[in-house]
Amino acid sequence: MADTTLTQAESERGHHAIAHPIPLRTLLVVWMALMALTVLTVAVTYVDLGGLNLWIALAIAVLKGSLVGLFFMHLWYDRGFNGLIFVTALVFVAIFIGPTLMDTGAYQVDYQPPPGVQVK
Amino acid sequence: MSDTDITTTPAGDGDHTHAPHLAHHFDTPKQQYESGKLGMWTFLATEILMFGGLFCAYSVYRANHPEIFLYAHTYLNKILGGTNTVILICSSLTMAWAVRTTQLNKPRVTALLLCLTLLGGAGFMSIKYVEYKEKWEHGLLPGKLYHHDDTGEHPGVATEAPLAQSTGVVEPAPAEAKAQPAETAAATGAQEATGVANGQAAAPQAAGSMAELSLIKPAAVGPEGVADYVLERVPPLVPVEHMEVPKNVWLFFSVYFLMTGLHGLHVLVGMGLITWILVRTLKGHFGSGYFAPVDLVGLYWHLVDLIWIFLFPLLYLIK
Repeated sequence: MADTTLTQAESERGHHAIAHPIPLRTLLVVWMALMALTVLTVAVTYVDLGGLNLWIALAIAVLKGSLVGLFFMHLWYDRGFNGLIFVTALVFVAIFIGPTLMDTGAYQVDYQPPPGVQVK
Repeated sequence: MSDTDITTTPAGDGDHTHAPHLAHHFDTPKQQYESGKLGMWTFLATEILMFGGLFCAYSVYRANHPEIFLYAHTYLNKILGGTNTVILICSSLTMAWAVRTTQLNKPRVTALLLCLTLLGGAGFMSIKYVEYKEKWEHGLLPGKLYHHDDTGEHPGVATEAPLAQSTGVVEPAPAEAKAQPAETAAATGAQEATGVANGQAAAPQAAGSMAELSLIKPAAVGPEGVADYVLERVPPLVPVEHMEVPKNVWLFFSVYFLMTGLHGLHVLVGMGLITWILVRTLKGHFGSGYFAPVDLVGLYWHLVDLIWIFLFPLLYLIK
């Protein structure tokens, strides 16, 4: 792909244009990073790190999600308000799940298993 | 990016002012575009909240019953799930690229990239079909539909007690059947385990790719080991090859089918939207001055990718 001509076209458009084409190189680098992180997240499951495995998997997922959001979804280039909406939704989900798990954890002590069920 | 741009008037915009696309209640194409995008992000926020409910259910079930997740996830094929992750990431790339080429007035390249994106969606759904079919055939289904025979399928694993519900009947089993005396259950369990030890588990890999890829080692660990383990109490968080079949495995499959099902539905909707965009691209509707539909469908497609990025490790890669 003749990337130079495209870049020229971009500069001709000037900063008044509504279009902001993301450089192809950026897209490809992000794509490669996502692929590498996918391989990594699968590879990590072959190593037993106990409870840490879940958190590593989640951290990699958050990293991948951030790359998708920031570059594929333009948030890096957008006005901050779109990102604010996105993050707000994530915060709401965290508020939803967090205290629910606190509740679940709190009643675990009082949980009476039905007869015959072994509780670990 | 720069907020000052918002004051741009159509007069100064030259070739990117496409009056036919500018609705009369907007001042500039830019204002129109950014309003549309804001609306799309608001919609995506509600999508995240909808999936948030399912992620919450997942968290509660997993917190309460880690053993179910640890056991049942071995029925999911990591390779197929990983392939689907790769497919979605690639289709996200082609989608983002298509938005770029639209903005650069290259409709033919855009059409090609949109076709590739569609191909990715079709590939994802095909693999999903293979996975669902496999689970359907083995009775690995949600709720009362679950009728998997835990004794034969999964090499190296013996049941704690044969479940009355697991004999292929879809209707709920009568209460008496569930309330078997513990001794009988244990005895039958041992019997079954011996059965497994004597024969069925001898050809552990015959069950197909699912068995081959599972973390559970074939019965090479020793038939006696399998039987012994049933008779003894197994401590929690045992190595996978000695894992006990937990109760209520269907819980995992309820969560699995709900989450991947809703996600798959989004992939299908996304494919429909991309087809619409493709047709309009071929008709020459989009260019550097008007590309909002391509961009917004792209945002939707990336969100679908984003959700899968979380579903994949949470369902397939449990450790």
